[in-house]
Amino acid sequence: RGSSSFRSEAKSGRTDLIFLIRFRHCYLLRNQRCILAYLYDRLLRIRALRWEYGSVLPNTIQFHMSTEEVEWFNRYKKSLATYMRSVGGEEGLDLTQDIKPPKSLYIEVRCLRDYGEFEIDDGTTILLKKNSQHFLPRWKCEQLIRQGVLEHILS
Amino acid sequence: QAWLNEKFAPELLESKPEIIECVVEQLDHMEANLKRAKKGDLKVSVHRMEIERIRYVLSSYLRCRLVKIEKFFPHVLEKEKSRAEGEPSILSPEEFAFAKEYMANTETYLKNVALKHMPPNLQKVSLLKSVPKPNLDSFVFLRVLERQENILVEPETDEQREYAIDLEEGSQHLIRYRTVAPLVASGAVQLI
Repeated sequence: RGSSSFRSEAKSGRTDLIFLIRFRHCYLLRNQRCILAYLYDRLLRIRALRWEYGSVLPNTIQFHMSTEEVEWFNRYKKSLATYMRSVGGEEGLDLTQDIKPPKSLYIEVRCLRDYGEFEIDDGTTILLKKNSQHFLPRWKCEQLIRQGVLEHILS
Repeated sequence: QAWLNEKFAPELLESKPEIIECVVEQLDHMEANLKRAKKGDLKVSVHRMEIERIRYVLSSYLRCRLVKIEKFFPHVLEKEKSRAEGEPSILSPEEFAFAKEYMANTETYLKNVALKHMPPNLQKVSLLKSVPKPNLDSFVFLRVLERQENILVEPETDEQREYAIDLEEGSQHLIRYRTVAPLVASGAVQLI
């Protein structure tokens, strides 16, 4: 390989090549740094996806991820799930909920697409059809709002 | 208090498992009470709101910690490993497990995708050196809870010399985090 042939030339006393070796080493180190920075930045974005979209990534995004990135994502979400389960009582605390401080108890939402039946705390079910509007408890809606099923109407 | 401190401090603060446990217990208790209450009772709404607010603060606090753990993962793990016996931990056991998994996950990924294809003398990389450390010199706002005397403020530039200040109770300051870090830990000041 290139680098080992350079090294053996240096050992044989060709001092004029030492500068070249050092230069090449710096250049290799810089490449290594750039590659790692790029890969790490992608990981950070993938991590953000878990917090934004939830455990299941839309296909269009998965299409842009390498196999190893998908593996990283799966391990990350498993690790996160284990941690969230360990906090807070029986079922654990879903940290991806309650991202914004609560302003009111119930919120007005509009349904963006057909979702089907949705059960709320006191047992009643609501049929979520496209364009229907509802006045629902906030904590039930948060996940659906993030998935794009419901839209919070700010009057 | 713990929530605000954690939010504004540039580094990961001590883990406070007792507080978390207490809050969680309270939440469970309140939820159980609500289930037994009559429907349509006005108190239900108020309690519900309270639960939501408490849950938000707790979630925000834990999320803030996770973000810092992920951001500074090699340093956080190193600090925990080199901790002396009596010193308080900055990570709860669950957070420690999470941090270790995150590190292993990222290391394995980088090794398999890039490092193992590189020339032999470049295959190891020190994450401790590559991942940025928390900036302890960033400025923070604080309110003094307990009077402090003779806090040594280190010079920022070569022209300044170090000087000492007294912190009066109730006063507010904008100061470098590094100077007041131990005071935050002891509860003598509150970050705002």
